[in-house]
Amino acid sequence: MGNVESLAYFVPELVLTVTLVLALLASIFGVDRAKWDVIGALSLVGTIVAFLFHIALYDKPATIIFQGMLVHDMFALFFRGFFIFCTAIIIFMTMFSSEVFSLKKGEFYAILLSVTIGMCLVASSHDMVMIYLALELMSLGSYILAGFARKIGKSEEASLKYVLYGGVSTGMMLFGLSLLYGLTGSTGFEGVRQGLANASGGIDLAVYAIFIFILAGAGYKIAMVPFHFWAPDVYEGAPTPVTAYLSVASKGAGFALLIRLAFSILLQPGESGAWIEVGSINIDWMFTIALLSAITMTIGNLGAIVQVNLKRLLAYSGIAHAGYILMGVSTLTTAGLESVIFYLIMYLFTNLVAFLVIIMMVEAQDDDRITAVRGLWKRAPYSAVFMTVALISLIGIPPAAGFVGKVYIFFAILQSQMYWLAVIGALNTVVSLYYYARIIKAMFLEEAPDAEPFTLKPVYLGLLIALTIPIIYFGLFWNPLVNYAKFCAQLIQ
Amino acid sequence: MESQNHLLTWMTFWPLIGAAVILCTPSRAKLFIKQLAFLFTLPSLACGLWMMKDYDPALSYQFVAKVPWIETFNIFYFVGADGLSVPLLLLTVFLCPICILASWGINDRVKGYFSLFLLLETGMLGVFISLDFFLFYVFWELMLLPMYFLIGVWGGPRREYAAIKFFLYTLFGSVFLFIAMIVLYINTGSSFDLTTLGPDIAASSFWANAANLKWWLFLAMFVAFAIKIPAFPFHTWLPDAHVEAPTAISVILAGILLKMGTYGLLRISYPILPDMAVKFAIFIAVIAFINIIYGALVAMAQTDLKKLVAYSSISHMGIVMLGMAAMTPAGMNGAVLQMFNHGTITAMLFLLVGVVYDRAHHRNIDGFGGLAKNLPVYAGITAVAFFAALGLPGFSGFISEVLAFMGGFMSHILWIRIITIIGTSGIVLTAVYMLWTYQRMFLGPVNEKYADMPDCTLREKVTLIPIAIIVLVLGIFPNLLINLFEPTMGRLVELLSKNF
Repeated sequence: MGNVESLAYFVPELVLTVTLVLALLASIFGVDRAKWDVIGALSLVGTIVAFLFHIALYDKPATIIFQGMLVHDMFALFFRGFFIFCTAIIIFMTMFSSEVFSLKKGEFYAILLSVTIGMCLVASSHDMVMIYLALELMSLGSYILAGFARKIGKSEEASLKYVLYGGVSTGMMLFGLSLLYGLTGSTGFEGVRQGLANASGGIDLAVYAIFIFILAGAGYKIAMVPFHFWAPDVYEGAPTPVTAYLSVASKGAGFALLIRLAFSILLQPGESGAWIEVGSINIDWMFTIALLSAITMTIGNLGAIVQVNLKRLLAYSGIAHAGYILMGVSTLTTAGLESVIFYLIMYLFTNLVAFLVIIMMVEAQDDDRITAVRGLWKRAPYSAVFMTVALISLIGIPPAAGFVGKVYIFFAILQSQMYWLAVIGALNTVVSLYYYARIIKAMFLEEAPDAEPFTLKPVYLGLLIALTIPIIYFGLFWNPLVNYAKFCAQLIQ
Repeated sequence: MESQNHLLTWMTFWPLIGAAVILCTPSRAKLFIKQLAFLFTLPSLACGLWMMKDYDPALSYQFVAKVPWIETFNIFYFVGADGLSVPLLLLTVFLCPICILASWGINDRVKGYFSLFLLLETGMLGVFISLDFFLFYVFWELMLLPMYFLIGVWGGPRREYAAIKFFLYTLFGSVFLFIAMIVLYINTGSSFDLTTLGPDIAASSFWANAANLKWWLFLAMFVAFAIKIPAFPFHTWLPDAHVEAPTAISVILAGILLKMGTYGLLRISYPILPDMAVKFAIFIAVIAFINIIYGALVAMAQTDLKKLVAYSSISHMGIVMLGMAAMTPAGMNGAVLQMFNHGTITAMLFLLVGVVYDRAHHRNIDGFGGLAKNLPVYAGITAVAFFAALGLPGFSGFISEVLAFMGGFMSHILWIRIITIIGTSGIVLTAVYMLWTYQRMFLGPVNEKYADMPDCTLREKVTLIPIAIIVLVLGIFPNLLINLFEPTMGRLVELLSKNF
């Protein structure tokens, strides 16, 4: 499809771009010194409008747009909606947060929006150069966001570590993509897949190496072992709204990247929802990803046990959840893709609630250690209850949404008869209970004699309720979400 | 759609409504909250009694309601009761109001305690009415969190350790149940229906050739249920949890939660995989034997009264498992009867421990002496409970133990018969520690320290005497209860006997 007609499919990103420019301009003209956070409100409106436009796109049939650079399919559309929704929530959180220094808020929103545009492009890329550029657009902004609390040493350190790891990982991925170009002589996904299919054989090792390189890029975004080392430091150092953003949207973008590349280049649809290798390539992708997933969740969970800082703990928990979601990817089936989408939705609500409570904690007492939530039950009962809901959802206990997310993932891997992976995943759930329960224990069972009670800001309370209702509702009535996930697990061919 | 019966739904969800109402009550109105909690357990009890009016033991599932819940995964809100669940439902709705009364002394965070308690009741009843595996699992897990808090917040000195240990152990078992559930679902044409899973598997050619898979599935489910029972070697959470929990919660734990393990085996493992159940019979019998003897021996060595009762539970649940492993009509009936009787007798024992602990603030068996002189009522009720627990004829425990052991003697497997013969020595051991404890606490010279200890209050009598009556009545007319489940158990035995 030509460039001009393609614009109709690109409206959400256009809206975001306009909002971004407006935010920057407003910042230049000193609007962010106003008493009210005008730029935040503007960005929020922009994202909401973008989200509404994205809904309208569900009616349009899947197609390739911008002369083969991007695609419009349900898979991409899900992720675009996911990113924009998450951004809207993060903007809302930031508007009332004191952690992001007020004078630079205009820049903050602008960068946040640019990262979101990058993520949307990652999810809908159909060309290797495009996907790399999109990844970089998203990464560069993330580095700045992580270091946004620039007067705090930790934040600077976080940013620097993020840059270093990011640079290496995306560099490796770029190298892998260049090898692919060398093998097939094409940068477009279709051309690459065609080239691989036509290869006469003997390229298994090369393709395997390429896959590992691609995994480096995607794995770094999703905090997959062994590319996870940045996560705890960055999560701890970055301002908490940014951490929340990285833990949800950035992780989702990593999965979009991985699935897009693997399922568009290396795999093709086979029979009854299974995806098979293209051409004569004969590599056990399933086992590779499954092994990485098992290692990732185990290291994530074991690492979390010894943490004393809540944000670091959630970083390791995020690594563990990356492992759970990778289980869904490792099946290489459509059911697996559905489970990934399904889980990400659950994870979005759950993690945002958890981080929102931490944001309030940090604001109230400038302390993000587990000991800081001691006696929270007495000091701020509502936040303790909401945090508990989020935690049981992370553990995966009914009736919280995290449980049905797990149901779907285990359903997918057991359908592929990966029993060993299911057992490892299940045991990991038990391990995770231990450290999540530590937080519950601190909130309800321990006392903090000298700590002051604090009141919730009404906006936070409203947001908490708004985000917690889906956790419980989808935990009990997940039929619509199953249909939605099935609908969205369609990649263009 | 055929007409739906909402009786069981009301029975299960009344306490949940109560929990919601209590959450909306100001936390200063402590007495009012307690009264509310008590009131909200009564409709369930009424539903339970109402159920008995229409219940026909000869039929299988009754009071059935089946409503689609998650259509895409073929999950139903599917509830019903049969001879296996009816006694346990009665036990639950009967014990819960008593436990609320027994919790009257709770004065710390009353609102939280009673709302969690009611949530727990909903979870327990839900487990017993579920005929959909997924629904069963949801209720099964739903109880974890309230129980964690009830032990962890209102428990004894080591409550945090006990609470997390309970949580971890149970979840460890649950995740295997979870995997087994999904594997069954995938390989039976997408069904969670507990009433049809068994026949489906028996008729399917895939399962006929999947003995290995079935073996693993049975093991996975067995681990989940064994932890709840708790069967050796998964029993170590029990003494901690029971000892640290507040009295009423110990009653619930021992009286109802432990039954879920054996209930799960009889409701899910046995009917769905009867051939594997037969294969595992000897294994279950060995574990039952260890439970009976080891539990009794460890109980004998205890100095803490509550710990003694906790270990006696392990021993008594061994008898349930032995009856189940026998797979004979007498054994099965004995097992279910023992489940009910253990529920009432242990409930009494824990309540009695609570009575003395409230007064003396310790539970050291040797720290008392001659209590019978000043506390005649307490000593009398304790005697009833102890004699029932050690299986004295005339009390309910006797009937069920005899049935279970008789079932074991009649087992078609020689080894189970031998195990049963040695296992009966558990009765003697139980008598030893029960009588010895009674002697140390109630007989002998009066301990001057407790000379002016007051006897049971009215509230304590109201909690204890109804249970004592049931224990006595069932000791003399056990058929009142056996008639309820005998046909159901007969069908189960028949199903199993096809696989001998």
